[in-house]
Amino acid sequence: MTAGLNQSSIVEALPTNGPASPPRSNGELLFEAPWEGRAFGLMVSLLDQGIFTVGDFQAELISAIAEWESLERPTDEYRYYECWLVALERLVVAKTEVSDTEIAHLSSEFLTRPAGHDHAHEH
Amino acid sequence: MTAIPQKRPPAPIRTEALEALLTDRGLVTAEAIDGLINRFVNDVGPMNGAKVVAKAWTDPEYKARLMADGTAAVGELGFAGPQGEHIVVVENDEKAHNVVVCTLCSCYPWPLLGLPPNWYKDPAYRSRIVREPRAVLAEMGLELDQDVAITVWDSSAENRYFILPQRPDGTDGLGEDELAALVTREAMVGVAKVHAPA
Repeated sequence: MTAGLNQSSIVEALPTNGPASPPRSNGELLFEAPWEGRAFGLMVSLLDQGIFTVGDFQAELISAIAEWESLERPTDEYRYYECWLVALERLVVAKTEVSDTEIAHLSSEFLTRPAGHDHAHEH
Repeated sequence: MTAIPQKRPPAPIRTEALEALLTDRGLVTAEAIDGLINRFVNDVGPMNGAKVVAKAWTDPEYKARLMADGTAAVGELGFAGPQGEHIVVVENDEKAHNVVVCTLCSCYPWPLLGLPPNWYKDPAYRSRIVREPRAVLAEMGLELDQDVAITVWDSSAENRYFILPQRPDGTDGLGEDELAALVTREAMVGVAKVHAPA
């Protein structure tokens, strides 16, 4: 009942094995893009270390989803992990020494990398 | 709290930046994240929940413990972890059908069912299953008679609902493993029934 917009084309564009292949369960894609898996893993990793609780994350995720749903932009595909990432960013800023500004600066820096850059770390 | 800005770097870039900053602070490692993704994708899936269902179908004492304290009973089988707290089990039968949703986000019993499928997270499912469950279930392929009462359970961080589906007729001779193989994730959320092997 959900419209997996372009999901099949994204899947077809990705390798079917090796580290870049998308995770699947019963043939269904769990993450529609690799970054969604990273965002998932980051959250669980911080949870495991007690940086925040499931309840903290749940509350932020609920706010982020509610904000998304209150925006008037009916043409946008609902992106669950976008909301997940917003919730995660807010909790990281609230609970660690990483600041909003740092996230923004490093993101801008990554954005201006020349095409074909080497990743700074293994994915 | 600030609103979500309309213009900011795309999510993949922000995720990469977040991971790099948290790695610098010594709060995460790429290996740990790889391991978690791997574990949730490969090791945790609906089969854990299916084993719980098959055991409840074949062992009345286990079923009694499961209905009384879901978290403790699934813990007996070794299924615990994040989002596995406060599991409440509700049973489907001939006259009562239960279905689970999380209207606010996507609360879901990860250690039993793995990560939620996309339809469970979809705003349309989350709002419509509450208002018109019979119609939504029919669209998803589950036609229920008018005299079957439908109850919709709203999962939250306090209560994560898990459905014990009805054991299908014609499965008396099957063992626990064979029964578990019949149980689908959809049946354990309540949007499908379990069917006997053809």
